[in-house]
Amino acid sequence: MAFGAFSNVDTPVVEAPRRRSRAALWLLLPGVVYLGATYLAPLVSLIVTSLKAPDLVNFDIGRYVYAFDIGNYATVLGQYWPIILRSFGYAALATVFALLISYPLAYFIGVGLRKYPLWQALALILVIAPFFMSFLLRTLAWKAIFADEGPVVHFLQGLNILGSNAHLNGTPFMVVFGLTYNFIPFMALPIYTSLERLDLRYLEAGADLYANPAATFWRVTLPLSLPGVVSGTLLVFIPATGDYVNASPQFLGSTQTAMVGNVISDTYFNLQNYPASAALSIVLMVLILIPVGIYLGLTKTEDLL
Amino acid sequence: MAGALDDSGADLELVGITKRFPGFTAIENLNLTIPAGSFFALLGPSGCGKTTTLRLVAGLETPTAGRILIGGKDVTDSKPHQRPVNTVFQSYALFPHMTVLRNVAFGLYRRGVPDPLGLAHEALRLVELDHLAGRRPAQLSGGQQQRVALARAIVNKPALLLLDEPLGALDLKLRRQMQLELKSIQDDVGLTFLHVTHDQEEAMTMADTVAVMNKGEIEQMGAPEELYELPKTTFVANFLGQSNLFTGPVVSSTATSIVVDIAGTKLEVPRERAQRHAGVVTIGVRPEKLTLLTEKPKAASGVNVLGPGTVTDVSFSGVSTQYLVEMPGVGTVTVFAQNMVFGPVVNRGSEVWVSWAVGHGFGLADEEGVSPRFAPDDDTRSIAQQRRASLEAELDA
Repeated sequence: MAFGAFSNVDTPVVEAPRRRSRAALWLLLPGVVYLGATYLAPLVSLIVTSLKAPDLVNFDIGRYVYAFDIGNYATVLGQYWPIILRSFGYAALATVFALLISYPLAYFIGVGLRKYPLWQALALILVIAPFFMSFLLRTLAWKAIFADEGPVVHFLQGLNILGSNAHLNGTPFMVVFGLTYNFIPFMALPIYTSLERLDLRYLEAGADLYANPAATFWRVTLPLSLPGVVSGTLLVFIPATGDYVNASPQFLGSTQTAMVGNVISDTYFNLQNYPASAALSIVLMVLILIPVGIYLGLTKTEDLL
Repeated sequence: MAGALDDSGADLELVGITKRFPGFTAIENLNLTIPAGSFFALLGPSGCGKTTTLRLVAGLETPTAGRILIGGKDVTDSKPHQRPVNTVFQSYALFPHMTVLRNVAFGLYRRGVPDPLGLAHEALRLVELDHLAGRRPAQLSGGQQQRVALARAIVNKPALLLLDEPLGALDLKLRRQMQLELKSIQDDVGLTFLHVTHDQEEAMTMADTVAVMNKGEIEQMGAPEELYELPKTTFVANFLGQSNLFTGPVVSSTATSIVVDIAGTKLEVPRERAQRHAGVVTIGVRPEKLTLLTEKPKAASGVNVLGPGTVTDVSFSGVSTQYLVEMPGVGTVTVFAQNMVFGPVVNRGSEVWVSWAVGHGFGLADEEGVSPRFAPDDDTRSIAQQRRASLEAELDA
């Protein structure tokens, strides 16, 4: 009964007077103008371009007129669906690998090194360090390392893991490897931010309540670091799906490993089929939004984990 | 493991526990037995090793030496999740991503107890919070969170419930109320409670047995009344309530009492209430046992008289008045007098005597000029000694 006295205390809700300040609207204006000019206008232009049709009157390569040609979408979907599927597959694999590598790394830096701030700062710098160099150069360096005459291939051939005529460059393995490598910092940093704030007393409470280390991780540590995992996953998956550097034959890929980005680039620069590349861009955007939306919806409910 | 637990809790035995952290010793050779079903309080100032003791029992720290037994079973090498022990943490440590109900059911799910949610609701009803089962911890007040933490621990019916200053974050009124509730819950569920606190009033109102800890060792242990009425060391006499302490040589002793010379005044202490009977000893008496007199009383047997002295301060606190009396050659004596009449009976500057029944005095065990029990052992030599000792222990084994 004594407890009851404290549980139902009515706290009077004082409503703060609403002040509509015009200053706030004015301050928003630069942002709105910026978004309109750099996001909305190009998006409209992209949609309009994706519906254009070839100019049948003055026919020329790369010459198109305004139209409402939904057929463009049907064409690119029908023609490129295996490549779209492959893009999502590669991006999903790279996201999973980046997560598997980044989580222990972030845990080590954020929790393991917590008592040693100097080492923690140093480890963080090491994670960010690759950003100081152009990622094109880094990707090319990997190409050299994994080249047919390079040390890795020779070593694996010596162990009979690779056949004497086998390659690594140009294989799906290399593309996923490159995507994973290039996007690891985007995964590691948000997870680190979540884990760095993790209150270790929750882990002690978990252990005290009969949870073994695995259960404590699964029920306590992971859910509490989920915000970092979600943002890291999105920061890797979305740009990885549209990436065209790693998969291009000039870098780690081959024509067999082309991703949507490579096709868009190809149809735009080589075929000069602007409506097709625009339609493909929009298809990519919509197809990314669907799984991302589902993912965000799922992670919002705590019952998932 | 869980099924083997007795509902009335289990004995906790600490045998020769020592815990060293790099640079300091938190606990030195601690021996302690807490009988099943009791409400046991570890009382001490911050840094005395009481929280470390609790963490050792929970398994969150590993002792440098010694064994921990729960219900006769050696759990020294068990991991925290394998011990039949639950803790109410000082910070509560409620999982912020779970509802109150899920928090309470957490331990039950981990052990695979049937009907975890039903039992969790039952535990929440015990702390009268079942109507908030669907809320998140962040939506509760401090007192409500404390009760959820308590429910989350007792729902597991642990052999031993550890309470790490769980009431520290609450305001005074709520704390008093929670003390009574906690005590009645302990009566209801009958578990063994080990409560760590620095609040002497809390320890005395709640616990059956109080152990006063200082510098990694237990100074004195017993029922609250016993500790208060007959402290054995200066630390206990001062930490548990207030004391007037006087130091002087024993000048004569009989079969029933000893007589101590304090600045020329002979004060008598019953022999069985004194820890040491020869040499220079410290004796004491509680301030509320003193009677303030404005005239020098006639000498009588069974009464100690000290004075005359000068009243230097009078502070009125409602039920009683505290007088500070400066005794030449003795020091300041504190007197608590109940306000039987309106206002203070004497004013500042008055000449007074104090007297008390011989039976109320006590003699302490401390030697004069005691050194700290153990010096900080962070120098090279003591680290080398510790290494050597542990190496020798390894070779012996």
